[in-house]
Amino acid sequence: MEKLFYEQLQEELYYEKMPNGLDVYILPKKGFNKTYATFTTKYGSIDNQFVPLGQTEMKRVPDGIAHFLEHKLFEKEDGDVFQQFSKQGASANAFTSFTRTAYLFSSTTNVEKNLETLIDFVQSPYFTDKTVEKEKGIIGQEIRMYDDNPDWRLYFGAIQSMYKNHPVRIDIAGTVESIAEITKELLYECYETFYHPSNMLLFVVGPVDQEKIMQQIRDNQARKSFKPAMEIKRFVYSEPEDVAQAKQVIPMNVQTPKCLVGIKAKNVSHIGKDKLKHELAMNVLLDYLFGKSSPHYERLYSDGLIDETFSYDYTEETQFGFAIVGGDTAEPDRLADELKKIMLTFREHSLPDQDLERVKKKKIGVFLRSLNSPEYIANQFTRYAFHQVSLFDIVSVLESLTCQDIEQVANECFNESQISVCQVVPKNARE
Amino acid sequence: MLKEKITAVNGLNVHTIQTDKYKTNTLVFKMKAPLTKETVTQRALLPYVLQSGTKTHPTATALRSYLDELYGATLNVDLTKKGEQHIITIRVDIANEKFLKDSAPLLNKAVQLLSDIILQPALENGEFVAKIVEQEKRSLKQRIQSVYDDKMRYANLRLIEEMCKGEPYALHVNGELKDVDSITSKSLYGYYQKALQEDEMDLYIIGDIDEAEVLDLVKSYFQFENRAVSNRKSPMTKKTITNVNEVIEKQDVKQGKLNIGYRTSITYEDDQYYALQVFNGIFGGFSHSKLFINVREKASLAYYAASRLESHKGLLMVMSGIEPSNYEKAVSIIKEQMEAMKKGAFTDEEIVQTKAVIRNQLLETLDTPRGLVEVLYHNVVSERRRPVDEWIDAMEKVTREEIIEVANKIELDTIYFLTGMEGEQ
Repeated sequence: MEKLFYEQLQEELYYEKMPNGLDVYILPKKGFNKTYATFTTKYGSIDNQFVPLGQTEMKRVPDGIAHFLEHKLFEKEDGDVFQQFSKQGASANAFTSFTRTAYLFSSTTNVEKNLETLIDFVQSPYFTDKTVEKEKGIIGQEIRMYDDNPDWRLYFGAIQSMYKNHPVRIDIAGTVESIAEITKELLYECYETFYHPSNMLLFVVGPVDQEKIMQQIRDNQARKSFKPAMEIKRFVYSEPEDVAQAKQVIPMNVQTPKCLVGIKAKNVSHIGKDKLKHELAMNVLLDYLFGKSSPHYERLYSDGLIDETFSYDYTEETQFGFAIVGGDTAEPDRLADELKKIMLTFREHSLPDQDLERVKKKKIGVFLRSLNSPEYIANQFTRYAFHQVSLFDIVSVLESLTCQDIEQVANECFNESQISVCQVVPKNARE
Repeated sequence: MLKEKITAVNGLNVHTIQTDKYKTNTLVFKMKAPLTKETVTQRALLPYVLQSGTKTHPTATALRSYLDELYGATLNVDLTKKGEQHIITIRVDIANEKFLKDSAPLLNKAVQLLSDIILQPALENGEFVAKIVEQEKRSLKQRIQSVYDDKMRYANLRLIEEMCKGEPYALHVNGELKDVDSITSKSLYGYYQKALQEDEMDLYIIGDIDEAEVLDLVKSYFQFENRAVSNRKSPMTKKTITNVNEVIEKQDVKQGKLNIGYRTSITYEDDQYYALQVFNGIFGGFSHSKLFINVREKASLAYYAASRLESHKGLLMVMSGIEPSNYEKAVSIIKEQMEAMKKGAFTDEEIVQTKAVIRNQLLETLDTPRGLVEVLYHNVVSERRRPVDEWIDAMEKVTREEIIEVANKIELDTIYFLTGMEGEQ
C-alpha cells in the first residue's frame, strides 16, 4: 500500500493496485459520520462501438445500453440490492455519464458490510429476459421525464449542434426505441468487456481505518477469478473541428425562452497534468469572461438579457470537449449574439495579470470548499485518475497558469466555426 | 456529536458549532416572519436586493469581486416556507486560511461582510438603489415564472395551491407575480426596516472557530436598534376534509405528473412526529419503500414514485411520473399502499430497515454545514427543541402500534394530475 500525503491540504491518500488490475484508493476523513464509496468503470454512453471481449470484430450496440446495464446490475436472483443496502443502513445509488458508470453507497454504520455488498453486487451480474423487459417500462418513464425537461433538451440540443458524428451527441439513456432492442445477451457482452477489474477504480472516503479496508478488498478480490486483462478496443469516431450546425431551435411548452452557446474545443487528447492544465485554463477563461464579478455579466444582467439561471461549464474528456454558456432569457437571439461577440473579441485583447490572479484565488477557494464533500472527492478523483492525473494537483496547476496559457485556449476555441447556438422557445412563438 | 451553543447577542440568537472537519467556515443567517399575503412578495425580493450591494461595495460586481479576493467566498440567499412561516436565508462560506499559503484572517472579514449585507445595504437618498430594485424585480418575476417550465415543480406547486386554498401555506415562496410591480425602492426599504425590528433572527457559525472570539466579532458587527421581535407563531390553519378533491389539468407534456396530498395533522412539535417519520420511510421515503417497490419495481409504471413530509404544516405528499394512460392504475396502487399501512400490513423487518436508513440519512445530513443548520433550525421554527441524540433515540423507539396509529390519522385531501393533450382538439 502506497501513501500519498498532501501537506497543504492536510489529506492522506492510500493506494494499491490489486493483482487483477483493480485500482483502489482510500482517503481517511476524521470527524465525518459518513463513509462514501464509489466503484467505477471506465465505460459510459459513448462506448457504443467496440470489440467485445474474446471477439475480433467491432460491434455497434443499442444507444443507452450502458445506462440500462447500470439499472439492471441492482437486480439479483434473490431480489433488489437496494433492499440489502437499506437493511444495512446505507443508501445506494449509481449514475452513468458519457465516459463512466459509477456505483456507490454512503453509510454511517456497517461500513465493511456495505463495502462488501457494493463490490459483490457490481461483480456478479444477473440478467434475465423477464427483468430486462420489465426495466424497459421504468427507463421509458425516465426518458419521458427528460423529454419534458426543457433544460435537458437544451443541453443535449447544444451538444448535437456541436457534434456531428461522435456519440456524445446521443442522450445517455438512449431512446424508447433504442432500448427496446436491448437483450440480456447484449448486456452480458457489454458487462464482460467493460467490467473487468483492470478497467475499474474503487474509492473509499470517510472515517475508516485504511489498513483494515485495504485488507478486506484484497481478500474479496482474491476470492474471485477473472479472465486475464485485455486492452479494450473502442471505436474512434472521426469528428470535424467545426460545429455540426450553427443554430438549432427547439419549440417546447415553456413560457421563458432559453439559449445556450456551445464552443467545441480542440486539443483535448492530452493526458496527465497537461490534461488538467488545459481543462483548468478553459475554466479560468470562462470564469474571467462570464463570472458574476465580470463586467460582461453585469452588463448582460442590467440589460435584462440574463438572470440567475445564467451559467457556464466546460466538459473535457479524451475524445471531446465543449464549453456551454447561457440560460433563460427574454431575447435568445440577442443573448447569443452578445455571448459570441464577447468570445470573439476577447482574442483581440490580452488578459490582465491582476484579473488572472483574482480568478485563481477564487478557484482555489472553490476547490477547498469542494473538499468538504466526500462525494466530490470520490467522483472527481476517479475522473482525473482515468486521465492519469491526481485531483490533488489542482491547486499547483492552477497556481502555475499564465496569461499565455489562457490566451492559448481562447485562440484555439473562440472561432466562429467552432461556435453553435441552441435555443428552446415557447411553442407557437417560433420565428 | 457536535455541540451547538446558543447565545443571545443584541436580539440575535447566535448558534456556534466548533468542528475541524471542514476546510471552510460557514455563516448562515436566518430571519423569519409569518407567511402573509401582504408581505410575501416583499420578503421574496428583499434578500436579492441586499446581496446586490453594500455601502462599501455598492454594486453587485464590486461585491462579487470582493468575494473573489476573499478566496472565492460564496454568498447566496434563498427563501423557504416552513409551515406558515416565511424564512429568508443568507449564507456566506469562506475558506479557512490554514489551508492557504497566504494566511490572511478571513473569518473576521466574512462576519463583517455578512453584517454589511444585512445592516449596511447600498442606499441612495435614504432608500434602496432604484436601479438595483428594478433589476431584482425583473429577476423575481422570472423566478416566479420559471416554475411553469419545470413540470415536476409546477405539479407540486399546483397540488399545494389546490389543497391549501385560502390557507397561508398556499402562498408562493417566491411571492405573487401580480404584486411585484407595485413594490418601490421606498416601500421595500420601509418593509426592510420593519423586518429588521420584528423578525426572529438566528445566526449559525460553523467551522474551526474560537467561540468566544467569534461572539465578540458578532457583538461588534451586528448592532441592531430597537429590536422588538413581534413575530409570534400564528395558530396553524386547520381544515376538515369533507370530500377528496380531484384536479386534472391538461398541458402539452409527454409524461403525466401525479401528485397526491394527504393531511397528517401531526407536526414537528407533536410526540407522534417520530412515528410519522418512520411511517413515511416505510410508505414512500426510500428505495425500499412500498411506493418504490409497488409502483416502480413491480408494476413498472414509473421511474420515480416517492413521498415526503412537510414537517411544520403536517402534510404528506406523494409524487410520481407516469404514462398518462396509467393514471387510474397508479392511483389505485398508491391507495392500496396507504390502506396496507393503515392495516399494519408491513413487516418488522421493514420497520428495522426504515429506522436504519432514517438514522443514516440524518447522520449524513449533519456532515454538511448546510444540512446541519437545516436540521437545527427545525428547533427554532417549531419552538420545540429536539437535540439530535434525542431525535435518533426517540425514532428508534417507535413501535408498530404507533406507526399504525399515525397511519390512521392520515387523510387523503387532493389528487392532482398534470397530463397530456391526447384526445383533445
